This record gives sequence, structure tokens and C-alpha cells, in this order.
Amino acid sequence: MRDVAIIGVGCTEFGELWEKSFRELFVEAGVSAIQDANIQGGKIDALFVGNMSGGRFIEQEHLGALIADYSGLASLHIASTRVEAACASGGLALRQGIIAVASGYHDIVIAGGAEKMTDVDVETTTHALTAAADREWEGVMGATFPGLYAMIARLHMHRYGTTQEQLASVAVKNHHNGSMNPKAQFQNEISIDAVLNSIMVADPLHVFDCSPITDGAAAVVLAPADVAKKYTDTPIYVKASAQASGTLSLHDRPDITTLDATVAAGNRAYRMAGLSPKDIDFAEVHDCFTIAEICALEDLGFVKKGEGGKATESGMTAIGGEIPINPSGGLKACGHPVGATGVKQAVEIVLQLRGEAGKREIAGAEIGLTHNVGGSGGTAVVHIFGRER
Amino acid sequence: MSVPRFWRRLKNVYNLIGTQCENCGMYYYPPRSLCPKCRRSSLIIPFKFKGEGEVLTYTIVHSATKDFEKHVPYILAIIKLNEGPNLTSQVICSHEEIHIGMKVKSVFRKLGEESEKGMIYYGTKFVPLLNHSGK
Repeated sequence: MRDVAIIGVGCTEFGELWEKSFRELFVEAGVSAIQDANIQGGKIDALFVGNMSGGRFIEQEHLGALIADYSGLASLHIASTRVEAACASGGLALRQGIIAVASGYHDIVIAGGAEKMTDVDVETTTHALTAAADREWEGVMGATFPGLYAMIARLHMHRYGTTQEQLASVAVKNHHNGSMNPKAQFQNEISIDAVLNSIMVADPLHVFDCSPITDGAAAVVLAPADVAKKYTDTPIYVKASAQASGTLSLHDRPDITTLDATVAAGNRAYRMAGLSPKDIDFAEVHDCFTIAEICALEDLGFVKKGEGGKATESGMTAIGGEIPINPSGGLKACGHPVGATGVKQAVEIVLQLRGEAGKREIAGAEIGLTHNVGGSGGTAVVHIFGRER
Repeated sequence: MSVPRFWRRLKNVYNLIGTQCENCGMYYYPPRSLCPKCRRSSLIIPFKFKGEGEVLTYTIVHSATKDFEKHVPYILAIIKLNEGPNLTSQVICSHEEIHIGMKVKSVFRKLGEESEKGMIYYGTKFVPLLNHSGK
């Protein structure tokens, strides 16, 4: 196996982008990643496209071919593959790209993700997202994604004394970070009271506890680490790429408040990188809901089980804190175009490690981690990146 | 959900019939055709659950998908059946009454409807064990 590096990154703005189509979004992110890597299109061997639900959102499947074509790469007949794992589609596309380069099958690979969520009405979007849960045994009973994460939150509060204010503090922090990210969907600060006074979606989660519906795309260019310096002075190295599955349904999880797929993927990643949670300088985690960030802090080993709420409230996860979490603004403020999210997380790590994150820069960061979840925890993908090989 | 897809599961969702693995004794609801513990050694048979259990966790859903928008706010819960497995369902009781650990029993109820002309789903919901009125 070969070591792999990221030599270029690109990301569209995130938001309700009525004027841009799915294919335009992906091409925009891809082209900016290729420009950033300073390579020619002819160098590209393969393309991986992370997407959750093109079939439902834009009535379009066969997205691998679509993107290869509109990226101008169809005449080169490059291998192009769509990757799906619900909200972890992007993280998984990245992982497939890394495996393709590590194995020696391909040299220069684009791994990207995109989702166009606003071409259909909100009810249709909600229904499509519910397909990430078990349609037959959760969706049909009236389960929604906010509803499933609300049940995690309810039990977490009952068992560990986590408060609604602590949940809200995740949203407040991520909006603060988002206010320093020019690509973020929400660049406004919010207060704890604003979260607590926003409308209830699924008790105890308010609408400001939830990530939004977003259009957007992100892409990275991957290359063998041995040749990465040929393309850029600042390659960012992949120190670990790990993936794990868990039960599709929340009700089948051994512990409702633990995403055991996250625990497994995290442990595999730490082992692969020869690192432990205390070695991680900062992380982009899957905060589709505020409770999800709290669980991620615990399940990735940054704090003990049950202490994620208190840790957030104390400022431990703020930029400048002990372990900054979601400097990009996370899914909550940067936005959550589901198939793009896992790749956008890697783009943020690269910008941070190169010292290009502007006002939200985490000074001196050497090692960053990404954590991308599908559904309520049926899939988890964890990557660790470093400035040094 | 399509008619055949719902029809195929009628006996399970109407009567709370899941499965049991005779090899290890584990009970499964929703039903499984393969025991995750025994895998190829599975000896799967149908099993009718008694329908009693307790609320493991719950939420009150205020914003639902199209099929359920007429029913909001409703209580969604994970119920631990006395035989062991957990399932997702709705609990019919007041919002003040619902709590973690509440003992519940199953009842046959309308679950939802696709539209005025679409299919109406029936299935299993839960009510407090000590108050069977289920209103």
C-alpha cells in the first residue's frame, strides 16, 4: 500500500443555490480543486462522486458518467464511480479515492461529493432523507431524522444530565465559527436563547439544533505521497482512512446514546495512524444535530461518555479551546449538502493545516480528524490528516 | 410505500409477529431471516410477541413527513419489548404522561395515510399499560 496525499482542494459556497444545477456545482468544486493542485485534466485517472439521493432530489442517477462528461473527462474515458452511504456518501467517496491511490490502481484521483437539495419542496426533501433510516421499520412508524436524534438526545439527557442549554451551546459555537467562513450557509451569530426559543422540531430538538437543507459540492485531488511534492509545496498527508458499519435502525443499537460505528471507525483510524485522541489538534465532526456533535466528542474518545455537553458548554471545543471542533461551522452553520459534507470536512482540514483558514485558523495545528456519519449511525467514516507524512 | 411492500409485512405489523432463532433463542422484532448471532447456523421461526414492554426513549414530533403531517404532534418512541428486542413505534398518551421507563402495551391503530386517495397504513402502536383507553 502506498501513502496518499491531498494535493488540491475545492469547495463551492454552501446554501440555497437556486441558480446552480447539480452538475454545475460539482464541476465548480472539481475545477477549483484541480486549479489548486495545478494539474492538467489529462492527468486524472479516476473520479469518485459522493451523492446520497440524486434519484429523489433531481431524478437523476448514473451520476458517475454525468460528472465525468460535464467535467470534460468523458473523451478521456476515465473511471468514474458514484458512491452512496446516505449522509456519509462524501466521506466514503473520499475513502474510495484514497484506496484507489493507495492500492496503485490509480495515481491521480478526484474524490468529490455534491448534493442538490432545493430543487424539490421541503416535505420531499425530508422524505428522501428519511430513506437513510429503515423505511420499513422506522420511517413507516413516523420516524424522521430529527425524531431519531431527538430520541438519542432525550436518553442522553435522562442518563447523563445533559441540558438543552448544552445542546444549544453546540449550535452557538458552530454559528460563531461559520461567521468566519465565507462559504458557510449561515454566517450569523446566534444566542443560546435564540436556539431555545426557536420552534420545536422534535422535542427536545429545536430548529436551531438541526443542520439545514443545503446545496453544495466539494472536491479534493489525491496523489501518491511520494510524488505529492511535485505538485505542491504543502501536500496534506492521509494518516488514516477508516470505515465501519452499525445497525441501520437506531432501535437495534446496543446503546442508543452511542454510535458504535463511530467508535469502531475511530479506533481503527487511531490504530492505523498510530495516534490516540489526545494527539488530534482539531476535528470536523458530523453535527447533523447538536446532540450528534456531543455524541461524536464522546464516541471519538475526546471526552468520556456523558461529558460531551459539559465539555461544549465549558468552551473546550471552541477555536482556541483544548480540541476545537467544527471550525468550518460544521453541518449546522456551514450547511449540510449530504453527499458533499464528508469531502467538505476534508477540505476544511487541508485549509487549516496549510494555514489558509483565515479568521478561523487554528494556530499551530498539525493533525486534524474528520468524522462523517450515514443515517443515525449505520455508517461512520473517520479520516486523520497531517502536515507531516 | 408500495402496496406489495406493505402487504408483504401485514402479518408482522398487524400482529407483532417477529422471529426467533431456535439455535440461540434470541428474539427479533422487526423480523430477521438471518440471526446476526448465529448467521449460517440460524434456525429462524416466526414468533408472536406478547406486546408488552417499556419506553426506552421518546420524542414528540412536531414536524413530520407528508404521510404523517396530519398527526403532529405525536409521540415517537423506542419500545423495549419484554422478550428483549427494541422497536420504533408511536405511543398514544398525553405529552405530560410520557416518560422513560413507562410500561406500555401494544394496540392496533391507523399509522398513516399517503394522501386522500392513497393507501391507509394500519399497524401497531402502544398505550400506557395502566390506561388501556388509548384515546
